[in-house]
Amino acid sequence: MLGNLINQGRIKSPWVVHFDCGSCNGCDIEVLACLTPLYDIERFGILNIGNPKHADVLLVTGTVNQRNKHVLKNIYDQMPTPKAVIAIGACGCSGGVFREAYNVVGGVDKVIPVDVYVPGCPARPEAIIDGVVAALEKVKKLLGMTA
Amino acid sequence: MARTILPFGPQHPVLPEPLHLKLTIEDETVVEALPTLGYVHRGLEKLCEVRDFNQMIQIVERVCGICSCLHALCYCEGVEQIMGVEVPRRAKYLRTIWGELHRVHSHLLWLGLFADAFGFESLFMQFWRVRERIMDIMEATCGNRVVVSVNVIGGVRRDLTPEQCKWIEEQVAIAEKEIRQLSSTILNDYTVKKRCCGKGVLTKDQAYQLGAVGPMLRGSGWAQDARQTGYAAFGELGFEPIVEYDGDSYARSAVRFRETLQSLDIVRLAIARLPEGEIASKVKGKPQGETVTRVEQPRGELMYYLKADGSKHMDRVRIRTPTFANIPPLLAMLPGCELADVPVIVLSIDPCISCTER
Repeated sequence: MLGNLINQGRIKSPWVVHFDCGSCNGCDIEVLACLTPLYDIERFGILNIGNPKHADVLLVTGTVNQRNKHVLKNIYDQMPTPKAVIAIGACGCSGGVFREAYNVVGGVDKVIPVDVYVPGCPARPEAIIDGVVAALEKVKKLLGMTA
Repeated sequence: MARTILPFGPQHPVLPEPLHLKLTIEDETVVEALPTLGYVHRGLEKLCEVRDFNQMIQIVERVCGICSCLHALCYCEGVEQIMGVEVPRRAKYLRTIWGELHRVHSHLLWLGLFADAFGFESLFMQFWRVRERIMDIMEATCGNRVVVSVNVIGGVRRDLTPEQCKWIEEQVAIAEKEIRQLSSTILNDYTVKKRCCGKGVLTKDQAYQLGAVGPMLRGSGWAQDARQTGYAAFGELGFEPIVEYDGDSYARSAVRFRETLQSLDIVRLAIARLPEGEIASKVKGKPQGETVTRVEQPRGELMYYLKADGSKHMDRVRIRTPTFANIPPLLAMLPGCELADVPVIVLSIDPCISCTER
């Protein structure tokens, strides 16, 4: 009964944590733009917080490089399950224009499992919101809440 | 007194980007700050060996998404200088319009983040609401919100129709009115002043000796701006830099606020004087030679050193970005401040780590 209530809360109000993983800032400012009055993801109950230990969804922008792959893994490990990871932008999906650069490992999925890919360079705020909603469907499935 | 070492970043709520500062604190006072960089290093400069000199435009635009237009402008001007290409006047004016719109969106973004750094969230929302109007102009005229990709070697890729010019003027007028409404809050509010005035003071001599650039330098009383060199259409439009004299966080935010309004004026002036003609000249051959170009990015002076050896790849692309120059002044400002002021002072340099580390 209580578990059911908590799961309902998870789906109704997912908390996201954003990590810039070697992005050019283009996607980061679009993630921030999602929070602001025009797009306002808070109306879906989505809240951006700074602490990965409180978060349900991890938004990763940009390519993974040799240095920050440990940081990314660390942040992912700190998040409690069930969790979802969204790779944002062409760089997060595959490495984008930087894939041939020497310090770039590639997409986010080289380091941690990714649930949803949001393409675009940079990804539009609408697409990012869509990505979060799609990730929630995955979380629902994990919790066994699919109708 | 016992010293404590406190890590600040790389993942920190106030920073949109990973910057790591190792703060040594005594009680609540910062004694020493040591930065650790490299979390965003991708190795873009070396990509000039695999991408040809035209494709490099797309790479340099992604050095930093916030000021992408100005990176591309600086690179294109450099290649044009090497190849001796004459850019049509209309293209120069269009470059100025898009460049200044980029500055407006970047400054509004920063003013919002700065308000968020001292916990004034509604002001953050207000600035970003106004910024969406500028983003709409970008999208309507260039086809993308952030990375506009209008510059090509020899000119620009897109033109503005008279209807679009009229619409931009209307939107700019509304945006200016909305920004002016926020001026009393960001510049005169008691709480804002309490958090910014006298925090992170950089004296005029220090700014010069440590090599500060952009609003950091102008906030400390130096009237220096790369737009005075007259790149793009600034040679014809004329330009006067905005200067504040206090050298604290408040002075820097005042410089950026006033520059936002000034850039809107420049956009209007450029549209009013927009000459008729071609938007791009034909470019033949491959570059050979070397050059240095400078443009004023929202964060300060941006410098490109380009070397070409006559093949389709550039020999060397060296990028010197403004935040790189502003990190030594930041380290001079931090010791002696309260721990609670660290986010405000770090934000006041407008850090763009993605530029710095490339």
